[in-house]
Amino acid sequence: MKFIPDPIGRFCHRMASPPHFYALSGKLLPWLTGIFLILLACGLYGGLYLAPPDYQQGDSYRIIYIHVPSAWMSLFIYIVMAITGAIGLIWRIKLAEIVAISSASVGASFTFIALVTGSLWGKPMWGTWWVWDARLTSELILLFLYLGVIGLYNAIDDKRTASKAVAILALVGVVNIPIIHYSVEWWNTLHQGPTVTKMDKPSIHVSMLIPLLLMAIAFKFYYVIAMLQRARLELLQRERTAAWVKKLVSEPSNSSS
Amino acid sequence: MNLQEFLAMGGYAFYVWVSYGICFAVLLANIVLPVMQRKQLIRQLAEKQQRQQP
Amino acid sequence: MSLTHAFFAILRRDLILAVRRRSEIANPLLFFILVITLFPLGIGARPQLLQAIAPGIIWVSALLAAMLSLDSLFRSDFDDGSLEQILLSPHPVSILILGKIVAHWLVTGLPLLLIAPLLAVFLGMPQPAIGVLLLSLLLGTPVLSLIGAIGVALTVGLRRGGMILSLLVLPLYVPVLIFAGNAVEMASNGLPVTAQINILIAILLLSLVLAPWPTAAALKMSMN
Repeated sequence: MKFIPDPIGRFCHRMASPPHFYALSGKLLPWLTGIFLILLACGLYGGLYLAPPDYQQGDSYRIIYIHVPSAWMSLFIYIVMAITGAIGLIWRIKLAEIVAISSASVGASFTFIALVTGSLWGKPMWGTWWVWDARLTSELILLFLYLGVIGLYNAIDDKRTASKAVAILALVGVVNIPIIHYSVEWWNTLHQGPTVTKMDKPSIHVSMLIPLLLMAIAFKFYYVIAMLQRARLELLQRERTAAWVKKLVSEPSNSSS
Repeated sequence: MNLQEFLAMGGYAFYVWVSYGICFAVLLANIVLPVMQRKQLIRQLAEKQQRQQP
Repeated sequence: MSLTHAFFAILRRDLILAVRRRSEIANPLLFFILVITLFPLGIGARPQLLQAIAPGIIWVSALLAAMLSLDSLFRSDFDDGSLEQILLSPHPVSILILGKIVAHWLVTGLPLLLIAPLLAVFLGMPQPAIGVLLLSLLLGTPVLSLIGAIGVALTVGLRRGGMILSLLVLPLYVPVLIFAGNAVEMASNGLPVTAQINILIAILLLSLVLAPWPTAAALKMSMN
């Protein structure tokens, strides 16, 4: 804590205290959900209705509005997981540990979505459900990395220890991801040749780009919502004997929120 | 463009709607499951507390 | 005791222990040979087909053999408490751990190199490719031990860590598999492989420098 000035450190500490976080996230969640739903509605309306069909792929390209943002999120969340894991590891901040592990399942879900939608997009474009395309392959390996993180966390009984293990693994993974990605890309160009350029760059027009960006922002909000929900559960499970949880549970008005 | 045409997605209806369906099913599950588990946990803890101090 | 002394003391101790328990050397080696024998039985012994997939078979088998041998890296030291002693020593833990990894590689990785030419002949690999295969194994298998050490360190405290270990370690092995397998394949076709070998050297150096740190951290975590 030496590099951080005292008042800021104290502020962070208070913010990171479990009861405060639990109450604050509870207040923020309806707002976040509202913003997410608005963004999602705009993005879907723009993407599925307003945007014209692609001149090569017809309407099938509309999968891009969930496929590409999911793929972005899958990588983004892994990096967030590694950073918060590192914070938890270095400064022993319980909340950072919880954010790290709560991100893992959301990230794995986005990776799964990117894979499934990629396959569903690939079927009409390539004629097969699965092609060993560089992006799909690295996405698959990323899914294994996520599953490793989740599996390791569940395998260790003591959750503080499990969080440390997860943080170390996430950091190792984050160093490896660029290497894996580069190697897969290199492998792909050697073995496949330029087969799938069609999917890489659908001629993107502004009317297609704006919904894509809206969806990307909506997914960012979604990530925060889902992560907070998971973190609230995780927090209660870990702190079930703490005084603030007992107080929370005994208040009937809170038990429903 | 009428609704029929919109749903047909230029012949790609299956791929597009299954993609969106799976996507939102997974996203919804990621919200609903933790919320349900948390409520269950709160209920359990409340019951336990009541049993301990009637 | 200086750091170099400590490093070599650990190395020597682990080698002596390994020689006493010879099965630890023999098992991954037998596994390696056995898996490679299974492939012709499974897909048919057409020479052309075997030759085409030989680099991939040998490297995938090496990957699996390396992964199976990982458990012995810290297991016995963890069980009998000597790992705790290592962690308590005044020397940097990562260097001492590196000593253990090097010993482990000498015991489980190096034998793969010795047996590989024989298996390459089994699979009908052309002469010049065998040299590249050996070079790729020489550069690649230490990386497998180094990366694997992180995974074992994370799971050594678990009762059933085997399954989870493969999930942690195998995805991280992908770059080695790609570059090494490709180098051998290119060499079989008489193409230059400088790029692949250079990348393997870079990966080896990188993991040599970086991998002992998380391994040491993970061991400390597993101990308490």
